[in-house]
Amino acid sequence: MTKDTLLLSFIVLLIPMASFLINIFFGNKLGRKSGIVGTFILGIDLALAIVAAYNKLFVFSEEPVIQTRIEWFNLGTVNFDIGIGIDNIATIMLVVVTLISFLVHLFSTVYMKGDRRYPTYFAYLGLFTFSMLGIVITNNFLLMYIFWELVGISSYLLIGFWYEKGSAANAGKKAFITNRIGDLGFFIGIMILFFTYNSFMFDDIFSGIASGKMPFNNPTMLTVTGICIFMGAIGKSAQFPLHVWLPDAMEGPTPVSALIHAATMVAAGVYLVTKVFVMFTADALTFIALTGAITAFMSASIALVQRDFKKILAFSTISQLGYMIMSLGVGGYTNGFFHLVTHAWFKAALFLTAGSVIYAMHESIHHKNDHHTDAQDIYNMGGLRKTMPWTYLTFMIATFALSGIPFTSGFLSKDGILAGTLAYANLTGGWHWVIPVLGYLAAGMTAFYMFRLTILAFHGEHKTEIARNTKENKLPILFPLVLLACLSFWFVYSSNPFEASEGWFQEKVVQPVSVVPETSQWKFLLPEMAEGQAHNQGDNPENSDVVQASPENTYLNRFHEESHHFHYLAMGISLFMAALGIMLAFMMYKFKIINAGKLEVRFKFLHSFLYNRWYFDELYQATAIVGTLALSKSLSWFDTYIVDGLVNLSSYIIRFVSRLTGLFDNYVIDGAVNMASTFTGYCGSKIRKLQTGKVQAYIVFMLLGILTMIYFFV
Amino acid sequence: MHIGLVHYLVVSALLFSMGLFAIISRKHAILVLMGIELVLNAANINFIAFAKYGGMNIEGHVAAIFVIILAATEAAIALAIILNIYQHFRHVNVDEVDDLKE
Repeated sequence: MTKDTLLLSFIVLLIPMASFLINIFFGNKLGRKSGIVGTFILGIDLALAIVAAYNKLFVFSEEPVIQTRIEWFNLGTVNFDIGIGIDNIATIMLVVVTLISFLVHLFSTVYMKGDRRYPTYFAYLGLFTFSMLGIVITNNFLLMYIFWELVGISSYLLIGFWYEKGSAANAGKKAFITNRIGDLGFFIGIMILFFTYNSFMFDDIFSGIASGKMPFNNPTMLTVTGICIFMGAIGKSAQFPLHVWLPDAMEGPTPVSALIHAATMVAAGVYLVTKVFVMFTADALTFIALTGAITAFMSASIALVQRDFKKILAFSTISQLGYMIMSLGVGGYTNGFFHLVTHAWFKAALFLTAGSVIYAMHESIHHKNDHHTDAQDIYNMGGLRKTMPWTYLTFMIATFALSGIPFTSGFLSKDGILAGTLAYANLTGGWHWVIPVLGYLAAGMTAFYMFRLTILAFHGEHKTEIARNTKENKLPILFPLVLLACLSFWFVYSSNPFEASEGWFQEKVVQPVSVVPETSQWKFLLPEMAEGQAHNQGDNPENSDVVQASPENTYLNRFHEESHHFHYLAMGISLFMAALGIMLAFMMYKFKIINAGKLEVRFKFLHSFLYNRWYFDELYQATAIVGTLALSKSLSWFDTYIVDGLVNLSSYIIRFVSRLTGLFDNYVIDGAVNMASTFTGYCGSKIRKLQTGKVQAYIVFMLLGILTMIYFFV
Repeated sequence: MHIGLVHYLVVSALLFSMGLFAIISRKHAILVLMGIELVLNAANINFIAFAKYGGMNIEGHVAAIFVIILAATEAAIALAIILNIYQHFRHVNVDEVDDLKE
């Protein structure tokens, strides 16, 4: 029966591929119907995914992972095994991906109405869903890398979907190339693991590490390998310093941003880290945590001053991805993945509301025949609360979730993450305190920029005529919004709105035991019993029976216990920061107690620094891009002058030699031949005089001949 | 005076020489033809003489008759050629018929 569930999830993987094939080959025939076909197929897929997830989570819950492996091919003595496997996080991801994909399909049937390449759009969505599901259900690096690249290409196709616009085409390129940099590290990591353990399967690699075999026989190399693998996540999940592609990716259609660049594809990096979490050493985890914290802080600060509706959400996404990565880095496995799932719902909701707003703005602009106003600039909106009440309502729920207001899912997961960072900093001490500090600052800024966005876009007076004329959208757009907003409430995950650990999610997603040798692992991540015993043997042996006698000690490890202790403190600080941010936002943009314009002038340098995204694009332009171009130019110079010069020189020599040979041919050899023929001709012309044509003369010659012969022979 | 083989051969040689001279020196095609007849007849005399004295016997006579038949056919063909030459050139001067040299 377990095999049936696995087969079911495999079918879930294949169904979006069918959607892709149907729409790419019969799209033109289907025309407007292709959207409905795609949505219907994804609906079936979603139903199957829910069945598969239910089976895995509740029927076969005692089995950690249902998997299969087959030999794909072998080279020499090395077998290339592949396979698929589902564990709890994989099935949860299956539902997340298919549900959001389904809703985005539904949303797009209206949003993309009238686009020239409507069927192609749905084909690409199917391809993307297929590739993302592929990442989710593989149990080896080989297939994962293949699907990883497939996700990259489908993301490229969808970002550049409106390739007639130069900016969209460039954004697609930028996303693809930036991702390649991360993927290179990922590839190197995979290759190191493959040459060490001779397999791509997660199981083989993890058991290899557990048995003490190290890459290059050096525990430090395991850290390096971990960081290499993590580089894949840096690229895909838009972490510092490769985050620059994600804001530009907003050039794609808004539903695509919701599906790919908010909820699923960018989560692939986090998912990867979750999947191979057990192989990270303490140093690698520290690197991961720091990367996440810097990303969370940096992009939250950038989001403070942006003007474009979607750009604000994009930076918010980067910031939240930073949170997830940070959480995984400090050892908060469960909360990191929890935040991935909760964030997927409310960020998809936010992006789809953004789509709803932009669609309404566009309709209004179209109505007024005005082609100069930017439909995405929040300073052109205002007062949308009155014209678009449903959109406003769902946007508010998702904003509460993102800002970490109680009774939302975001509150539960973010609170867990921040408690985890506090516990981590307390357990390790030193400069590691910077991680929770950055985390809390980012939390406060998140609340501030989200409410700034809400107030500017939805509250107050209509800032333009266009905003006044917006209308609420139809059901296919509103239904996804309402459903996603519902999923952003606490009751979906836990009965207690202040305690995530009472819910089903924390029960099903349990932190796995690390396979890394104890010497390169955090002590506090080791299982509690072993730690307790070791502790007791050293300290006071007479107490050992007390520890062993308490099996209801529910904490997995010291970290788990510590973060539980920090739970209420973390919640308090987090609420305080959120409240502070919200209050500031209201003071600045609603009641105008603090003049935002004056602040902007006063801190002009800071403002432009943030508005220009910490000048990362300019930095990369000045270093990486200019450097690459200069290198290409010098290589092109080398090609033109040195390589081509050599080639031309040799060709000149050959031509010169050929000319000499030609002369020799013309004058010496041809001369000899001609001379022979001329000589023969000359002789002929002389001798032919003998041929008089007179029969009697011939007879005389014949006679003479005969006489001569007689003279000589007789 | 006894007439032997040598006399025959001398007559034949004279005849041959005169025939050859006629072939070489005469301009008129008919005369050249007559020279050829002389040469053939010189050969005939030789055959007969050897049939009588040289031991060729009947075979010499057969060869002579064969040559006479050959001479008749040759004369027929040659006269036909001469007639054609005459139609073409309006004369039968052998030394002026030299178109083949071109």
